[in-house]
Amino acid sequence: METKLTEQKPIDPVLFNWPQAEPTLRASRCALCGAIAFPLAKSCKSCGSEEVAETELPRRGKLWAWTIQHFMPKPPYNSSETPETFRPYGLGYIDLPGGLKIESRLTENDPMQLKIGADMELVFYTHRLEQDGTEIINYAFKPV
Amino acid sequence: MKTAIIGIGIHPFGRTPERSGMEQGAYAARLALKDAGVEWQNIQFGYGGSYSSGNADAIANELGLTGIPFTNVMNACATGGSSLLSATKEISSGAADIGIVVGFDKHDRGAFNADPAEYGLGAWYGEAGMMLTTQFFAMKLQKYMHDYGISVDTLARVAEKAYQNGTLNPNAWRRTTFTLEQIKSSTMVNDPLTKYMFCSPSEGGVALVVCREDIAHRYCKNPIIVSALAMRTRLHGAFEVYGTSVADDAIPNASVQASAAAYEMAGIGPEDVDFAQLQDTEAGAEVMHMAENGFCRHGEQESMLLNGETRISGRMPINTDGGCMANGEPIGASGLRQVYESVLQLRGQAGEHQVQGNPRVGYTHVYGAPGVSAVTILQR
Repeated sequence: METKLTEQKPIDPVLFNWPQAEPTLRASRCALCGAIAFPLAKSCKSCGSEEVAETELPRRGKLWAWTIQHFMPKPPYNSSETPETFRPYGLGYIDLPGGLKIESRLTENDPMQLKIGADMELVFYTHRLEQDGTEIINYAFKPV
Repeated sequence: MKTAIIGIGIHPFGRTPERSGMEQGAYAARLALKDAGVEWQNIQFGYGGSYSSGNADAIANELGLTGIPFTNVMNACATGGSSLLSATKEISSGAADIGIVVGFDKHDRGAFNADPAEYGLGAWYGEAGMMLTTQFFAMKLQKYMHDYGISVDTLARVAEKAYQNGTLNPNAWRRTTFTLEQIKSSTMVNDPLTKYMFCSPSEGGVALVVCREDIAHRYCKNPIIVSALAMRTRLHGAFEVYGTSVADDAIPNASVQASAAAYEMAGIGPEDVDFAQLQDTEAGAEVMHMAENGFCRHGEQESMLLNGETRISGRMPINTDGGCMANGEPIGASGLRQVYESVLQLRGQAGEHQVQGNPRVGYTHVYGAPGVSAVTILQR
């Protein structure tokens, strides 16, 4: 009998290059003013120019701000969790080399393990399973 | 031509099952008209808004369909500020002499669940559980506490003051006090913010009757002048709500921009302000907004709260009606509640929550998603 391989899909293709050996986050760099923004967009958030090019963001940075989400958000939150299985999750901003801070889920949800300035690295996790078994992949940062 | 506020009305905040949000708006409008001694038939224009309770112009179904231009405004937490701003422009342009500004709302329990598409964000942002304003304030606060040495005790003191002020305000929703220990040990929501450090979505309505400054004395002895009103939105780079990336956090945020513009417009500085109503959707927001609006240096909040300087009896009273924490946040009404409270204070009609010493200058500030702020400076 043939076993069907589970399909994996990014939660949104504008966020990261998937699939590839070492996926990276996708940002826009403006050809005119140089402003960088995450995720990839069609125009520049600073000057409005449509001359933007894709740039890959570094995979490591430092924790800049954080919190823990303790209650299960209402929809549009969509995680295949139930109120019974919900686990609080961490959120933060990661300060990347070059100065851009990006918002991200964190793999860690213990406040004692989160320190501003700590080294963090990009990882990917299965955010939810669709009815047909497709894994929806999201990005997150994890303490190094 | 400046704008004067000559009538104010409020529907008590909290939960009122027997009245829709719109009915609460109409209720406030009737009180404001009565306070000004003006008939609805004399009102020449209206601006108003709600987030969840329909079009503000529909209050005319209750008050009378008089055919006036009535514009519905929706600008998140700055809805009230934007309505009042539009009214002041209507008056300064000479287009009209007297009008009404109204805001009301009635929200479901629990945190707001905004749709990312309404903010130009991808659906992923909501699906991943990042579309909560509470998270932004918590993250900004974590960093702020780290950078400026603000303690959890200071956050608790802000909340304790809010509930204390709420007990003095008959229109407030939360009218019981909590101890610092109860506030700190209540359920953790978004670290470092606990349940009692947050405001909740609620219900309420506020209305203002406004007119040209030079005719205000025809209607009342104590008109309050809108000396400045500035509304600003986010700049690229700044650290703001629903920001997927922050390019340069040294860029002033919407609050800092609106505050500076308002001071310039009024020709005064924070040292001239006698009391302030600052957006306090949670305790940390009040702390950070104190500095962003010029009332202290970053970090100075720690000693100011410890010494009770922002209490009604303190040297710089803040959120004298209990703020969002004691009143909840009906989005359309919340900014106008700050103006209502400030007018009461400037008239000397705030009763048990009156600031002593005949305050002359009041200040209001709102901030909300996705980086919009409105500041007013009011004087008698």
